[in-house]
Amino acid sequence: MSPILEMREITKEFPGVKALDRVTLSVAEGEIHAVVGENGAGKSTLMKVLSGVYPHGSYEGEIVFDGAPRTFRSIRDSEDLGIIIIHQELALIPLLSVAENIFLGNERARGGIIDWRETHERAGELLARVGLKENPETIVEQLGLGKQQLVEIAKALSKNVRLLILDEPTSSLNESDSEKLLDLLVDFREKSITSILISHKLNEVSKVADTITVLRDGAAVARMACADGVDEDDIIRNMVGRSLQDRYPPRGPGEPGEIAMEVRNWTACHPLHPGRRVVDDVSFHVRKGEVLGIAGLMGAGRTELAMSLFGRSYGRDISGEVEINGRPADVSTVQRAIRSGIAYATEDRKTYGVILDDTIRRNVPLANLPAVARNGIVERHREAEVGEHYRDRLAIKSSSVEQAVVDLSGGNQQKVVLSKWLFADPDILILDEPTRGIDVGAKFEIYTVIRDLAAQGKAIIVISSELPELLGISDRIYVMSEGRFVGEMPAAEASQEKIMARIVKSGAEAGAAA
Amino acid sequence: MSDTTTPIAVADRPETSRSGGGKSGWHFLKGHLREYGILIALVAIMAFFQVATDGILLKPVNLTNLILQNSYIVIMAVGMLLVIVCGHIDLSVGSVLGFIGALAAVMIVQWGMPWPVASLLCLAAGALIGMAQGFWVAYFRIPSFIVTLAGMLVFKGLTLWLLAGQSVGPFPPHFRLIASGFVPDIFSGEHLNLFSLVVGIAVAGLLLWLAMRTRAQQKGIGAEVEPFAFFAARNLLIFAALVYMSWLMAGFRGLPNVFVVMALLIAIYAFLTNRTTFGRRIYAIGGNEKAASLSGINSKRLTFLTFANMGMLAALAGLVFAARLNTATPKAGVAFELDVIAAVFIGGASMSGGVGTVVGAVVGAFIMGVMNNGMSILGIGIDWQQVIKGLVLLAAVIFDVLNKQKG
Ligand SMILES: Nc1ncnc2c1ncn2[C@@H]1O[C@H](COP(=O)(O)OP(=O)(O)OP(=O)(O)O)[C@@H](O)[C@H]1O
Ligand SMILES: [Mg+2]
Repeated sequence: MSPILEMREITKEFPGVKALDRVTLSVAEGEIHAVVGENGAGKSTLMKVLSGVYPHGSYEGEIVFDGAPRTFRSIRDSEDLGIIIIHQELALIPLLSVAENIFLGNERARGGIIDWRETHERAGELLARVGLKENPETIVEQLGLGKQQLVEIAKALSKNVRLLILDEPTSSLNESDSEKLLDLLVDFREKSITSILISHKLNEVSKVADTITVLRDGAAVARMACADGVDEDDIIRNMVGRSLQDRYPPRGPGEPGEIAMEVRNWTACHPLHPGRRVVDDVSFHVRKGEVLGIAGLMGAGRTELAMSLFGRSYGRDISGEVEINGRPADVSTVQRAIRSGIAYATEDRKTYGVILDDTIRRNVPLANLPAVARNGIVERHREAEVGEHYRDRLAIKSSSVEQAVVDLSGGNQQKVVLSKWLFADPDILILDEPTRGIDVGAKFEIYTVIRDLAAQGKAIIVISSELPELLGISDRIYVMSEGRFVGEMPAAEASQEKIMARIVKSGAEAGAAA
Repeated sequence: MSDTTTPIAVADRPETSRSGGGKSGWHFLKGHLREYGILIALVAIMAFFQVATDGILLKPVNLTNLILQNSYIVIMAVGMLLVIVCGHIDLSVGSVLGFIGALAAVMIVQWGMPWPVASLLCLAAGALIGMAQGFWVAYFRIPSFIVTLAGMLVFKGLTLWLLAGQSVGPFPPHFRLIASGFVPDIFSGEHLNLFSLVVGIAVAGLLLWLAMRTRAQQKGIGAEVEPFAFFAARNLLIFAALVYMSWLMAGFRGLPNVFVVMALLIAIYAFLTNRTTFGRRIYAIGGNEKAASLSGINSKRLTFLTFANMGMLAALAGLVFAARLNTATPKAGVAFELDVIAAVFIGGASMSGGVGTVVGAVVGAFIMGVMNNGMSILGIGIDWQQVIKGLVLLAAVIFDVLNKQKG
């Protein structure tokens, strides 16, 4: 098939970094083309060049779309030709409804007057196409990240899309929703809509992609055709330049110790709907030296559980008891929770995780400033040492610790959030989707850090929507569904099927009871 | 597996292509255009008025006057910087300044209270006013714009009530020294206030030493430092300007007391914002309040404190202003908040919080001050003065935004 898109010799420099170095990308009409590479390899930058976020003239090289050279000066220009990009960081307006967001800038209107009936009807159809069961009038803010992602795709469909670019679309989706999304792409392929898919989930990539381009350090290092299937290990070898032996570090020989934290009858209600229990009478414990996994579908209440425990950062009418090291603990404010030894690394890095305009050096010690200060005066050399230490340990790709977090690639921003909480040195560390948007190599590093912490006797709670990850690193797994804990099993006995079965069963029971 | 992998030639790629390499001076200047820009703007504006006014601007009398005239704006700009960095605004400072002046007049002139006691009570009252407003902003999340707009009306009204619509004065001579006194000459120089010169040189020297120390530290931690030429030029300029000004003023009546107060405040707050955990947290709150709170930063209490601090500094400015006019009038402080806020934004602070420096705000205040003073000397009417000041504010912020977008 003839290429619909050719990007030739694209070079893009930022002050101090060459993000792209003569990259060539050729995408055939009607295919699913995956772009993979480590964090900071330049994937997002390449797509921003393509879609006109970085206008013509701010990069070198040539873009040929539909047989003609193109010089996009803005996103509008590329959208007019049907190139639609869905960014890694979602760009919906939180206080507008789903329908309003879908047709933003493209309103269903006659003579400047919005036709709400058509808007909502069309929005409903688009939502059905992406498999999202929500009222088009729902305010976007009330949806989880995963559902927001589907709204973004519905928005793309509302335009006359020919080339759909998805930058890590499934990083905030769970397995079944990811699958739906990928089916959607396959469906699009049949309707000859071309897609470019960026993902760190190589199993997905190898499942749906027709061609894979691998970026490393700003250069395209390989192009893989996968007509007859492709080996994940091959992709990894191209990505990191060596082969990766294991995906998960071995569990230590030691048995978990005493109970570090015990939570009893924890209940939290939705902040806007007082009667609605988002976390419903949950009891659990975690031991010292143990990695505890919490599995569940999107919207099961896992983040809400963690945030309500962490200084009541979520919800209202919170009740229940927390014991730490056998003694009742006060976790009623974030300060007290931190003082009790708890830390919570958020899944939503942009909103809750980092100060975007600040540097790495200033972000990392934020949760533990006294440790880099004396008499309330920040000691910059210690702060810089700390920054350097974590930049090194988690391989945060940046020009220096003085780089602003906003200029880091998505995965590297995530590493800054992790660094902050590692430096806070908690006894009980709650990690919410810790490897979201992180490449395979770096994931292994993070698992290793988690294992090391456990070996030091810390208690780690991992919330993750990637079941293989949970199975790979946890010692024990709780299953959460609709605000309740519906199952508990040692990781050794757990499997994806068992976990899903628990969730389905609990749903059926709840249905029968109602 | 029968996948076909085509390695793409990478042989001719120069190894060093991704490391940015040494930064040229030009590169550095581009990255820090804003910080130099404002300093250069101040120098340019001063040079312009120095020429336009035939050298009156930098005459010792006028220079002294300029500092006295601007002292209360500078004092409040320092507090306002913290409020704005924290992501808020305080519209009430002008009214609070007037109210505290009136309170001081009532206590000292009408009740005959000793002025040191009255001054302390006034500072405390200012802090209380700040707390009262900060309380609603911090703990109930009432937008600061609205809370302080209300405060502006309330204290304007209370000033009128307190003074019963009259001017109250004069103050006892000692109290007036706050604003109109000069550093005494303990060396009894003949034509020069030698001690003033010594103080001036000491302050300039201290600043130079601090700058060198910071640079050495930054080098030590491998942070990006400005090229030596820039560093030397900038600091020598500041040093020379301070010494020259001290010399000029020493030849007149010496350094005004307010100058010393101002210098101290600037030093303390610059240190506070730059170097302390307190300062670091304020920037974090302004940058992303949710993330700061989830990092265990008590954003409510710190927000509350910045307002309390603002109130206290507005009170200090109120005392200085009353002492300078030697009377409290119901009109005192009207529209001062606008000058103060403008100074902070000219100084590079961001409306959305998290960005800004004390020194920037002070330079911003002096840009406004020099323009006020220079235009008055030239006999430009208050009407056009307003227009020009407005345009300068707009230009500074436009420059900021464009500069950021170029990235
Ligand atoms: N605005 C910017 N200023 C400076 N450097 C930047 C900027 N944007 C990106 N970079 C740098 O360019 C490089 C490529 O970043 P990019 O976001 O394209 O990575 P990515 O492949 O998408 O990574 P991830 O998988 O983590 O999302 C990184 O080293 C990043 O730090
Ligand atoms: Mg990216």
